[in-house]
Amino acid sequence: MNERDLRNQIADVKAGRLSRRDFVQRMIAVGLSAPLAGAMLAHSGVAQAAEPIVYKPTKAGGGGPLKLLFWQAPTLLNPHFANGTKDQEASRLFYEPLAGWDADGNLVPILAAEIPSKENGLLAADGLSVTWKLKQGVKWHDGKPFTADDVIFNWEYSVNPDTAAVSVGSYRGIKSIDKIDDYTVKLNFKQPTPFWADAFVAAYGLVIPKHLFADYIGGKSREAPTNLKPVGTGPYVYVDFKPGDSISAKRNPDYHQANRPYFDTVEVKGGGDAVSAARAVLQTGEYDYAYNLQVEDEILTKLEAGGQGKAQLTVTGHIEYIALNVTDPWTEVDGERSSVKTKHPFFTDPAVRKAINLLIDRAAVQKFIYGRAGMATANFLNNPERFRSPNNKFEFSIEKANQILEEAGWKKNSSGVREKDGKPIKLVFQTSINAPRQKNQAIIKQAFQKAGIEVELKSVVASVFFSSDPANPDTYPHFYCDMEMYQTTMPQADPQFFMNQFTSWEVASKDNKWQGRNISRWQNKEYDETYKQASSELDPVKRAALFIKLNDLVVQDNYILPEINRRNCIGLKNGMVANKSGWDNDLWQIANWYRET
Amino acid sequence: MGNYLLRRLIVAVPSLLGISLILFVLLALAPGDPFGELASNPNIPPEVREALRIKFGMDDPIMVRYFRWLVAMLHGDWGFSFASRVNVDTLILQRIPATLYVVGTAQLLALIVAIPVGVLAARRPYSIFDQIANTFAFIGFSLPTFFTGLLLILIFSVNLGWLPFVYRADIPATGWMWWWENFKQAVMPVTVLGLYQAASYTRYVRSAVLDVIKLDYVTTARSKGLDESKVIVKHVVRNALIPVVTLVALQMPTVFGGAIVTEQIFRIPGIGSLLISAILANDTPVIMAVTFVFACLVVLFNLIADILYGWLDPRISFR
Repeated sequence: MNERDLRNQIADVKAGRLSRRDFVQRMIAVGLSAPLAGAMLAHSGVAQAAEPIVYKPTKAGGGGPLKLLFWQAPTLLNPHFANGTKDQEASRLFYEPLAGWDADGNLVPILAAEIPSKENGLLAADGLSVTWKLKQGVKWHDGKPFTADDVIFNWEYSVNPDTAAVSVGSYRGIKSIDKIDDYTVKLNFKQPTPFWADAFVAAYGLVIPKHLFADYIGGKSREAPTNLKPVGTGPYVYVDFKPGDSISAKRNPDYHQANRPYFDTVEVKGGGDAVSAARAVLQTGEYDYAYNLQVEDEILTKLEAGGQGKAQLTVTGHIEYIALNVTDPWTEVDGERSSVKTKHPFFTDPAVRKAINLLIDRAAVQKFIYGRAGMATANFLNNPERFRSPNNKFEFSIEKANQILEEAGWKKNSSGVREKDGKPIKLVFQTSINAPRQKNQAIIKQAFQKAGIEVELKSVVASVFFSSDPANPDTYPHFYCDMEMYQTTMPQADPQFFMNQFTSWEVASKDNKWQGRNISRWQNKEYDETYKQASSELDPVKRAALFIKLNDLVVQDNYILPEINRRNCIGLKNGMVANKSGWDNDLWQIANWYRET
Repeated sequence: MGNYLLRRLIVAVPSLLGISLILFVLLALAPGDPFGELASNPNIPPEVREALRIKFGMDDPIMVRYFRWLVAMLHGDWGFSFASRVNVDTLILQRIPATLYVVGTAQLLALIVAIPVGVLAARRPYSIFDQIANTFAFIGFSLPTFFTGLLLILIFSVNLGWLPFVYRADIPATGWMWWWENFKQAVMPVTVLGLYQAASYTRYVRSAVLDVIKLDYVTTARSKGLDESKVIVKHVVRNALIPVVTLVALQMPTVFGGAIVTEQIFRIPGIGSLLISAILANDTPVIMAVTFVFACLVVLFNLIADILYGWLDPRISFR
């Protein structure tokens, strides 16, 4: 799909020949995010078409308690410190961003009065600034008004290095913020920024009040009493918080959206394990919502038979993939293994990589392991099936793999292992300890053996595998083995961060204490150049075409083997209406949640 | 006595220092780091992670970190959790009530069951009652709590729907309803823990009573024509319970330390669940504080047990 194809499709959407949703699905299918697809449409003059959020209650309150169950307990309630999605979700009860992303990649205003666009003149043509108009009459829970000063403060708070905020990635591209008036701010970027809807939007965009945090900026950030007793603009007001255990909140009577929220109180309970959390919602109905149900599909289906609730799955950009090591993990050079100065003994032969790609039985992995929670994919190709690009189809064929290896001169030796120049193909394949991953490893090992490739499986405790400890050789960035498998997450709406994991300057090495994001050490000049082009390209359509090209470059080289597109699964009790989006937090529309009677 | 106490307390200092050093070094050498979740999130630049590591002083040499921790601890500053950025002492204080309530009640239940059953069983060894009590005691301590816990949940929550299996520290009800809800949610965890503990206590009580019941002074008491119940309660049990009291005193630290598995299954916000979630999140200051408090309690209750022993049995003197 090149730029012209994209333009044609956008024209189809404009003329009404292609539905907006189908267009977004196609973009997801080629590895882009829904928000990026939305940005392309907006840029091309197709109006934002956010479906109105369904909300039937005619008055605020009266809904009784809303009971939320998080098996990973929220530990803090300052969105700038959120360690994981559990903390972001919990902060969403109290704090709000200027806008959020809906399931189709539309920006939906929350604290903003309107969404900036070229048409309303709020978006600068040179990509150097964007103006946000804020909703007027919004009050913090303590009665103080929400104004432009609060917005500006959040940027200052986040980018101060002593604050050690995790949201800094979304704010450091801002050079300055002008206060036009009390309800208008203009963000000036350091360089032309095609993806401007990052700061103040969605999970990292939650706005905290200046008057309560101003004294706690920088080194004193930890001491702010409001870190644990949030005062926000959100639909629910803080009552009590026990870190790692529970949160209670009550309805905000002055909430800025009329007739909302529906529930009188919110009770959040944390801790335990995912299976029993699923049970409490789906089978016994003790709770209304359960977070991130990483439970095998078979068990989920059994629990759903309890009839109290349903599992709800949403498409995300998270990909479970296998990386082949470009470098040699078994030779030490200058104190590090997998050094970019070396070459992998087998994978340098494209035939071996191609054969390996044929030996991954993605369909079986989906069918027997992930079920509803994952879709088999190649080339970051997702559902729906009809959009699967024909030239990037995945295939599983032991015969073909054998044939390719045979032709490339890898002959079976007496013990049935293929070898060339006296070097038999023996691989070490590692992943983190997690039941589905071990089953996945076993399926792959079986196929490899049939093709004469010997595999040794290795599994590392997740807390070690995913750590950034430079001293531990078993972390995934060290990649001290031939192949590894894990999930790469796409928590942000724009693929630019996501795609920098294949640029040559991100290669993980001893020099950067293995903090680089390019784990497979794959390097390609064309990729680097295309990436640089994409990061400064202002036309979203051209930019999207560049991202598609980046995808193809990576995947067609067969070093990076996407396997499963993961879905986010939550449990909802019957009757609960929760507008869910895979591009924002589960609780992004918590103000509009209600229970049907 | 005063001299003895002082000597014991002085001896406790180096042992606690040693324990804290070992704990600290072990934790520092253990793999994993508290910012792992940030590492796999591409939105967070590596510089932020570096800044956090420096801010929390994680890149300094182990000994420097240990002495910094020790000095702060002596000043009453227990540090703060990396995960919640809350002071560790606040976190621990928040968790103590639930643990005291559940584990404490379970210990009481265990004693209430174990003492009468143990004494009765020992009075007529190898009788039918003794056989049944023994069988149940063996079953009781052979079944792990994670199994009995899940079994009870399956029966009483899923099939019968009588009891909740998610424990809540913040029950919104007031008055009698509050007591009733608190009672209902504690039934299963207390039963699981209590009966497990009762099983082993029963065995101890039985063997302690058996040792005493054959002694001459018991026969003398009987031959004096004393009431059988008086013989058992005043002469036998009182002496037989001396080792049991020590055992219970040594079990006391766990009342504070919580029960990791049971707390996790029933989602009880106690010390045990705090410890396990801190371990999973590599939240070293919390792990350090909880384990160190636990070590202090073990040392303290050992001392209490020794003193109690001397008080119950005057033949033992403190020197």
